[in-house]
Amino acid sequence: MPVSVNESGIPSEDTVTITVNGKQIAAAKGEMIISATDRAGVNVPRFCYHPRMKPVGMCRMCLVEVSGPRGMSLQPACYLPVADGMEVVTDSEKVRKAQDGVLEFLLVNHPLDCPVCDKGGECPLQDQTLAYGPGESRFVEEKRHWAKPIELSDLVLLDRERCIQCARCTRFASEIAGDPLIDFFSRGDSTEVAIAPGEKFTSYFSGNTVQICPVGALTATPYRFAARPWDLEQVESTCTSCATGCRVVVQSSSNQVIRYLGVDSDPVNQSWLCDKGRFDFEAHRAGSRVTVPMVREGGELVECTWAEALRKAAEGIGRAMEVASDPSSAVGVIGGARLANEDAYAWAKLVKSVIGTDSVDADLGDGLPADAVLGLPKATIDEVCSAPLVLVMTPDLRELAPILFLRLKAAAQSGRTKVIELTSVGTALGRYATETLVYRPGEAASLVAALFADSDPKPLAAGMEIPPIAGVAASDVARTRALLAGFSSAVAVVGRPSLAESTEATVAAVAALSAARPETRYLTVHRRGNLHGALDAGLAPGILPGRVTLEGGRSTFAAESGWGRVPASTGMSTHEILRSAAQGSLGALILLGADPVVDFPDHESEKALSGGAFVVAVTAHLCESARRADVVLPAAMYAERGGTTTNFEGRVTTLGKKVTPPGQAWEDWAIAAELATALGSDLGFTSFDDIAAERTRLVPLFRHFTPHIWNAPSTRDGVLLPLATAPVGLTGAPRALDPVATPGIGSLPHHAVRPPSPSPLFAGTGTTGPSGAVASPGAVRFSRPASPPDLPAPDAYSLRLVAPYRLYDCGTHVVGSAHLAALAPVGTVRVNHYDLDRLGASTGDTLRAVSPGGSHQVVVEVDDEVQRGTAVMGFNLAVAEGSVSARSLIDLSAPVTDIRLEAHR
Amino acid sequence: MSGTPRTGAPFIVTSRTGDATRPPMEEGHTLNAYLASGGYQGLRKALTMNPEEVVAEVLASNLLGRGGAGFEAGRKWSMVRPNPVRYLVINGDESEPATFKDRMLMERDPHQLVEGTLIAAYAIGAAQAFIFIRGEFALGMERVIAAVNDAYRHGAIGANIFGSGFSVDLVVHPGAGAYICGEETALLESLEGKRGYPRIKPPFFPAAIGLYGEPTVVNNVETVSNLPWIVSNGGAAFAALGQGRSTGTRIFALSGHVVRPGNYEVEMSKLTFRDLIFDPELGGGVRGGKSVKAFIPGGASAPWFGPDQLDLPLDQDAVGKAGSMLGSGSVIVMDSDTCAVRAAWRIARFFHRESCGQCTPCREGSGWIDKVMRRIEDGQGREEDLDLLMDACDNIAPGVSWPPAQTTICVLGPSIPSSVAWSIRMFRDEYLLHIKEGACPCP
Repeated sequence: MPVSVNESGIPSEDTVTITVNGKQIAAAKGEMIISATDRAGVNVPRFCYHPRMKPVGMCRMCLVEVSGPRGMSLQPACYLPVADGMEVVTDSEKVRKAQDGVLEFLLVNHPLDCPVCDKGGECPLQDQTLAYGPGESRFVEEKRHWAKPIELSDLVLLDRERCIQCARCTRFASEIAGDPLIDFFSRGDSTEVAIAPGEKFTSYFSGNTVQICPVGALTATPYRFAARPWDLEQVESTCTSCATGCRVVVQSSSNQVIRYLGVDSDPVNQSWLCDKGRFDFEAHRAGSRVTVPMVREGGELVECTWAEALRKAAEGIGRAMEVASDPSSAVGVIGGARLANEDAYAWAKLVKSVIGTDSVDADLGDGLPADAVLGLPKATIDEVCSAPLVLVMTPDLRELAPILFLRLKAAAQSGRTKVIELTSVGTALGRYATETLVYRPGEAASLVAALFADSDPKPLAAGMEIPPIAGVAASDVARTRALLAGFSSAVAVVGRPSLAESTEATVAAVAALSAARPETRYLTVHRRGNLHGALDAGLAPGILPGRVTLEGGRSTFAAESGWGRVPASTGMSTHEILRSAAQGSLGALILLGADPVVDFPDHESEKALSGGAFVVAVTAHLCESARRADVVLPAAMYAERGGTTTNFEGRVTTLGKKVTPPGQAWEDWAIAAELATALGSDLGFTSFDDIAAERTRLVPLFRHFTPHIWNAPSTRDGVLLPLATAPVGLTGAPRALDPVATPGIGSLPHHAVRPPSPSPLFAGTGTTGPSGAVASPGAVRFSRPASPPDLPAPDAYSLRLVAPYRLYDCGTHVVGSAHLAALAPVGTVRVNHYDLDRLGASTGDTLRAVSPGGSHQVVVEVDDEVQRGTAVMGFNLAVAEGSVSARSLIDLSAPVTDIRLEAHR
Repeated sequence: MSGTPRTGAPFIVTSRTGDATRPPMEEGHTLNAYLASGGYQGLRKALTMNPEEVVAEVLASNLLGRGGAGFEAGRKWSMVRPNPVRYLVINGDESEPATFKDRMLMERDPHQLVEGTLIAAYAIGAAQAFIFIRGEFALGMERVIAAVNDAYRHGAIGANIFGSGFSVDLVVHPGAGAYICGEETALLESLEGKRGYPRIKPPFFPAAIGLYGEPTVVNNVETVSNLPWIVSNGGAAFAALGQGRSTGTRIFALSGHVVRPGNYEVEMSKLTFRDLIFDPELGGGVRGGKSVKAFIPGGASAPWFGPDQLDLPLDQDAVGKAGSMLGSGSVIVMDSDTCAVRAAWRIARFFHRESCGQCTPCREGSGWIDKVMRRIEDGQGREEDLDLLMDACDNIAPGVSWPPAQTTICVLGPSIPSSVAWSIRMFRDEYLLHIKEGACPCP
């Protein structure tokens, strides 16, 4: 009996029927035999095949008998596409002999050092040797010997003796990552994976090669010799190092996080992780970790009990509330993107009802305003990557959201998706984009307007040359305009391209697009892990949980059945809170996993903590800002707490709790609940379930969103809120974890909580809601500014500053992870040689940068990728002694920051 | 060939003496000498015909490919997928041990190769042709490049050849020193600038997906060198030579323990291996008057034959039916003093060193077999090694029969058992003697 087409999920017009071991199965036209047999549950051994990469048919382990014009012959199941009526035999004596033979050959030069090999216990070669091949070795000759290990990079080591030349790593590097830095050298059984002399495998994705290596040839320095696989326990979770929301398993041993592995989540990361997300677990045990509450006594932070710390914190906050008429001007709260959704809800309730301030902001001046994130029509990653045309107006996505970069790169390379990129500096995506228009920083709005104008740019007067638009040649604008005009629907990826350009400049560009093409759908990208979840919980001025405005949610939340009260009017943003604190007008400042002293793009951010405000830092690490706080409350980190998190699509996935928080660190919702008690109130939460229950009851966006939904096996890839209104069963099978595609991942039990019984609940599993918008009358809507900000005319002596994100910066997770910290670049001001030549300066020189933030020393570097008239300095990077980082140059209140470089005379 | 009109009689050249009917070829590689002997008349004639007519002549000639597989050249051309872009690639990566016929054609008669290439390009409608020459062939490279340059100046290559309206460019590409690039798909990969890895079949022929993904014909040097003569004299005249499917003449590279090793061009099917080896005009017999212990009829990749097969005709199908192949046309003779183990090991070692390493059975199997064979030759063998070797061969070429099945991507894999397994079958006692005596018993 053929499997019904619906069951196998293949549309009927693409279906062919093949016979496998005498049983008919449905297969998709063009797919390889191995994927059809996998689906049918017929195991075919393999090494080189990886479901996310093009097959190469090299290892020959998957040889099966296939019918052909010349009868049955041995063919690689990974490389031969199915054909209607094809007969496949996977269990004959001939197949068995061939597979046994290949396995024996693979072991010829493979060292039998399993007892000391990191892969031992989760090794596809070891596992398949148990199932295939002879019981004992017939090979009595000398094996191949090579010096080992070879350092491919600071993160990846290579043992060439163990390598079985499956080319998974080399294919990943060139095909998936676009960093073809490793390849085969030499030939025959001398073939080795190698790197060009003097080069390093400096890819942001290098850890994936370790993950997919089917033997112990590639090991990662942070995991090497750290554990044995059988001692590891795992739980599925979502990475929150950035806001992409990659699914991972968190593995621990002896209550220590030991390793992350990427899970193949089809709508998001498709099994890949960036190296930052993969290796930043070392920050769990960083020396800067705060594990005991502290209060300031005699100018010093001293350890104390939670009771003492909470009392001091409540006193300080209470004092601030007493003196001011409006709590919104007395107490400011910065941060929240580090929290789980449930933590964020508890904090929102504490802040907006118990304390009563609306001056809370999860955005640290580095994203888009809440009304843009929540109010723009949404597009998912899948929608972006299947759209025929995508407009990208973001910082370098490889730095900001590396896995989104991989998805977009793959889409562009497939030829399905044309990428039009608007940027001020060269990005990694540029190589794959159909058009890259490099505009003058801050002027994206006028470029967008011209791209969607009714006609091509015109000369000022007849016969004159057409002036460039925002620094982009008129011919480039006209060509791109014509390209855009050919597409009726548009999908855009938008984000703050530079921290030296104000939010208004970015919003203006989005507004120009939204005005020209109202049907455009957006993927708003931001940096901080759960920013979207924090905004969904209401952690921003002017909003309440569920993507509603203060006014829209007032009736629900101000009611006795709700929170009892909500702030009267819109409070301050992070920038305004910091300014108010610096001026001494703010009574108390709560830092919720935020470090504004170094992580806020304004030269005056440091002054905020010396303006006299009482500062409470809820933090996992003793960061710069926490060092200056009056009370430090230790918080649990990622993998030490559960709940859910929301990525920049608005996709909600689970966070796995794998280890207990160290020392006396608490989960953030518990800190909120206890702080409320200390303030003489009661949030009414004694568990996560309490929070979820109240949220389900009060917030339409989260209606039906219960732990049953998010723990269901069929929602492992997350759900997009609001849930579909039609009931959807939750009885689907969990996604299979492929132990050969990702060794170490499937051999361990899955620890997620299963629903007690299949329940007829509501779940839009992996499908998008109706444009992500909440249909309630009080929904947050994107508000277009009346006009773009006025930009100063570029002057001939100034350079317009671009401060982009770098993946490895001075954030606590990178600094706390020794192996990553070493990779962070040193911050220099990069300038076109033309601009530097005028100053008679060259790479490595120290110049004076005259900026709105004052005159400071900076180290300069020639980079002809940088446009003339522009200076680029990565944000939050370490700098040379005596010079300053980008933050000290930026004036966030101005739409753009112009600096002038001067040589010392 | 076209340098000297064919008479239908065996046309013999030797690398040693150059004393055959072929005039001295010291100047034969120059354009003037070539033109003087009627050079480029075949091309001129072809350009007056339709491409289809040229294909028809070659089909009528039944010219079999001279590279090893022996596929009909005309049929290969007919299989090329219709496409605006078609490529022609000439395989001059002759690297099979004891095969040296293409080398001679490139060094001594480069214009004949160029002319044949141009005729083939015209026939299949290729506007771009390549000659891929083994990197070690320094003189051949120099002469073919000179010939191409001279032919450009002569108006035989480039835009509007001889005013015919047909245009083709010809590029000479040096190989990078890998035997595997003689395999046509590995050659195409190498030509594209990639690592020389054979492509996985299907597609079975580059005619569908070839160079840069476009339909491509890959022809051997000797194959296209026959074209000027075929076009000048007609396919029927070529087909009249030889017998059955094996038509025309063929150059046999004779080596090993013969008195006169060299290249001998003889009419196909008319002579036997015994004739080739013992005719005083040809091989001149086994050196020292010894007897033939074994011979390889078609290059190092072919299964061995014993004295019983000496009377087989030099015929592609006859040799195939007898369990080996005419292959690249190289005949290696081993006299009675030869150590079969050592000879088989030397060939196994060659394949070990030349395995590209792409697929497991060949990469690891070749090395393993090399080590075991060496151990036996050194007197360190064990009796069970013979079964081990046969089983390892079986895991590369299941069944160890001819024509072979294979677990590998390309046919380099099943070339390994041809010497090892066949020598064990033919000379098992000699292997056992090595093992029992703990040393090579041969002189």
